[in-house]
Amino acid sequence: MPPQSRPLRTEFQAGLRAGLQLLIAIAPFGLVTGVAMAAGGIPPAIAMAMSVLVYAGASMIAASQLFFDGAPALVIVLAAAIVNLRLLMYSASIRPYFGRESLPRRLAVSYLLVDNAYAHVVGRFGGRIDAPGKFEYLLGLSLPVWLCWQVTVAAGILVGAELPPSWKLDFAAPLAFIALTIPLLRDRASVVAAASAGIAAVALHGLPLRAGLALAAAVGILAGLAAEKWLRVEAP
Amino acid sequence: MTLWLTLLGMTLVTFAERAAFLLLPPQVELPGLFRRALRYVPAAVLTAIWAPELLLQKGVLSLAPGNERLLAGAVAIAVAWRFRVPFGTILAGLAALHFFDWMF
Repeated sequence: MPPQSRPLRTEFQAGLRAGLQLLIAIAPFGLVTGVAMAAGGIPPAIAMAMSVLVYAGASMIAASQLFFDGAPALVIVLAAAIVNLRLLMYSASIRPYFGRESLPRRLAVSYLLVDNAYAHVVGRFGGRIDAPGKFEYLLGLSLPVWLCWQVTVAAGILVGAELPPSWKLDFAAPLAFIALTIPLLRDRASVVAAASAGIAAVALHGLPLRAGLALAAAVGILAGLAAEKWLRVEAP
Repeated sequence: MTLWLTLLGMTLVTFAERAAFLLLPPQVELPGLFRRALRYVPAAVLTAIWAPELLLQKGVLSLAPGNERLLAGAVAIAVAWRFRVPFGTILAGLAALHFFDWMF
């Protein structure tokens, strides 16, 4: 066995363990996303293709709601781009860890970069950007997460069309977004950013082409930056 | 057909967002303001999605107790804040929605 391969395999196994523990959170999100796509009227084949190709649940739920409302394709794509802006943040934040990997590996990291994968890689390797086995850890984590995601989305698509509206499962989508948001509110500037974006989204919801979503996100980001600056001046 | 185009568009923009910084040459430095702004993107974008679903009833702002989605959302936020378990948050919110719907 070459000397390098043992720690790499250990990292893969550590990732696998972390990924398996995540399934309890992934499975309900997958189900909710599948149900939302079925309820939005997206045909099963396209919904499943979206699950594999896009592999970003929040944007798939948002797309289903917009499709149901009859929004044009360009609006849906733009809304997905805005919802997935956070992936751009992950990409920038995770770059020190993977920036010097080979191109195929960086493309693989890009595809696998979802909320939980990002949080775990940063959590495990925080600051140790030269540690070996980062890619193997991400691979180990992503294997069960990816499989569980695809299976539960498929299950959601299959049962979604059958579930009676009286169950109010459409409300599971905003609830899933709440579950994603609250753990992000770790400092006051983030709370200000979220609250400002929420208020702006309510005030601007009537704008055509879902422009309110993009504007509200911009308002929230600026408010967060302003709060960060202001709170720092306030501090002793 | 349009839906396949939508799928293609979503695939391309989403992958571009994930790959953008990983494909930049390592020597390129990102401006500090840009990095700081990115930190607020997730909370701002996600809240902008769910806040109108709670606060608007048929497109009109509703803070009355008759708005059971707002009440159920408040329960979900409290559960998410206290326990940080996504599945528990979704279940509590749905249960609360049915409860408030039955109450009012």
